Amino acid sequence: MDARLSPEQRELRAAAAKLADSAGPHSVLDLSDDGRVARLEQAVAATGWRALRSDGAGGVEVAIVAEEFARGLVDVPFLGPVLADGLQPSPEPTTIAVDGGAVDARGISRALALVGLEVRAAQVGDAVTKVDLTRISAKVVGPWQPAAEISPAQAQRWRALALVATTADLLGAARGAHALACDYAKIRAQYGHPIGTYQAVSHPLAEGLALIEGSVSILRYAAWAVDEAAPDDAIRAARLAKVYCARAARTVCETSIQVHGGIGNTWDCLAHVYLRRALAATELFPVRLEEIDCGLS
Amino acid sequence: MDYRDSPAEAAFRQRLKTWLKERSREFPPTGGDAYWAGQAAWHRALHAAGFFGLSWPKEYGGQALPPVYDVILDEELARAGARPRPSLGYLVQGLGRHGSEELRRRFLPPMIDGSERWCQGFSEPGAGSDLASLATTAVRDGDEYVVRGHKVWTSYSDVADWCLLLARTDPDAPRHRGLSAFVISMHQPEVEQCPLTMINGVTTEFGQVRFDGARVPARQLVGAPGEGWALAMTIVSREREPAELGFTARYGKLVRDLVTGAGARPTGKWQPSADLIWAYVQTEMLYTHVRRRLSERLDGVAHGPEGSLDKLLMTETEQAVGHAALAEAGTADPELLSAYLYSRAQSVMGGTAQIQKNIIASRILGLGAS
Repeated sequence: MDARLSPEQRELRAAAAKLADSAGPHSVLDLSDDGRVARLEQAVAATGWRALRSDGAGGVEVAIVAEEFARGLVDVPFLGPVLADGLQPSPEPTTIAVDGGAVDARGISRALALVGLEVRAAQVGDAVTKVDLTRISAKVVGPWQPAAEISPAQAQRWRALALVATTADLLGAARGAHALACDYAKIRAQYGHPIGTYQAVSHPLAEGLALIEGSVSILRYAAWAVDEAAPDDAIRAARLAKVYCARAARTVCETSIQVHGGIGNTWDCLAHVYLRRALAATELFPVRLEEIDCGLS
Repeated sequence: MDYRDSPAEAAFRQRLKTWLKERSREFPPTGGDAYWAGQAAWHRALHAAGFFGLSWPKEYGGQALPPVYDVILDEELARAGARPRPSLGYLVQGLGRHGSEELRRRFLPPMIDGSERWCQGFSEPGAGSDLASLATTAVRDGDEYVVRGHKVWTSYSDVADWCLLLARTDPDAPRHRGLSAFVISMHQPEVEQCPLTMINGVTTEFGQVRFDGARVPARQLVGAPGEGWALAMTIVSREREPAELGFTARYGKLVRDLVTGAGARPTGKWQPSADLIWAYVQTEMLYTHVRRRLSERLDGVAHGPEGSLDKLLMTETEQAVGHAALAEAGTADPELLSAYLYSRAQSVMGGTAQIQKNIIASRILGLGAS
């Protein structure tokens, strides 16, 4: 039994973090900087990470990149394309569609959906406004065309991967929001001291770090299980991770807003951008508490 | 990364499973006095069968196995509904790291095999979170020290043969430097047991001891005079790690009992409460967390302030399980009510949740003085 990341996985994390930090948005204003978005798109496209699955990478690698990209609020597609690639590799930029809508669709014209065991393809239409400010959703323009048929086990593993990738997004958003709040707590002064020196502020931040560490642990097992456990166990582990990390991420993002005080409730503070990303990741491939089997199965 | 058992780990797990199955009728419900009172016999049985002290050195009765074997032990104890393993890893680490070879050879083997029982004399009525303010004194008298003071929450002190005691040997030194650690015998008339009853009615766990001129040979000083604080820090940092405590097995067993309803529930209609599902999610999180933490030890990761994060996660889990017990059974089931009430102690024992958050805030997050 060994739960450690390999040296290659640690290198992948460092590379994804570096990319996100160098070209990701550092302010709400940056979100509408088209030049920056174009540079980021170019950089992400050059990594080839959108085709991680067809390159033979596991759930752990997908989760590593998804987490670091969410932490850095990367606002060009990754989650959608990497999941589409997991269904059917394509030279054409492709994302996925869920409940008839394309997700993570910036600059992408084609979407895949999994219906039962059938992979279907359709064209992507106009963008629609959703909660997440870092990813663009879009309408799907029919008709749906059959694209591939996959096995029940493949379908189960893909659904586990989708849960794991969105869970990694949750963890990344929580880490980003938490770091933002810690940085702010060190520079914002009231009553003559940085607010981070007050227990009323530092204790919720300490609790947030514990939630993040618990999230890292439960997600890592689920990410490994995508490829290595039996398909039903992979789904089970992924649901557990998603339920835990969704609650943790919401709490941590809310704490970040609270620590930022009045500023945290303004549009120009990045805290709500993290919260919005976390809410979107929670709703994408959602898991209800009642779906957790409590070890009965 | 591979969460699967290696062939050696799988063989160990299988041997353990078989052994536990043969004993499954002896497992008591969790929580009451009978539960705590049976821990000594359980400790000796586990060790005699080769299932305790797994990662400790062979010369002291351990097996020098990688730390992940403790995960297997906890997982299978929980699955079988057995008692958790005894939680004395922090004492072994404290004595092992700070005691002389003579002390280690004398005291570690019977501590590990369960033939001698131990308690820890740290907290005092006036020194809880602020441990360094403790007032118990040890005064040199020839080849001995004479101890006077009042210790509290000395778990299992009523059945202990030995106490790892923290006392002030130099009242003139700065407060952290005037402390020394001793191995003192509990079998002397100057040691008075005054056990406290916990809020769940348990009387055998929450000890209280008065030392009124009790004697300890100077050779049973652990480390040099004035080095008591270093030992205390070693112990409390380990005391914060679920991997050392083995409590994950207790949470797993409780959740399992609640889910299966111990056979008392009408079949077909029951749905688990949201609190129970959440407690299950938390226990599963803690299992994966302990696996990750013990794996990291393969890299020689030091025991640092991260233990405080582990302690908070363990506390969250135990208290979620307590709430699940309430949600499922209300206050009607004495064992479950006891488990719920006991869960409130987890955010106090071994360093309060507030102290853990202070440590995380200042030493990991760098937020400045708390």
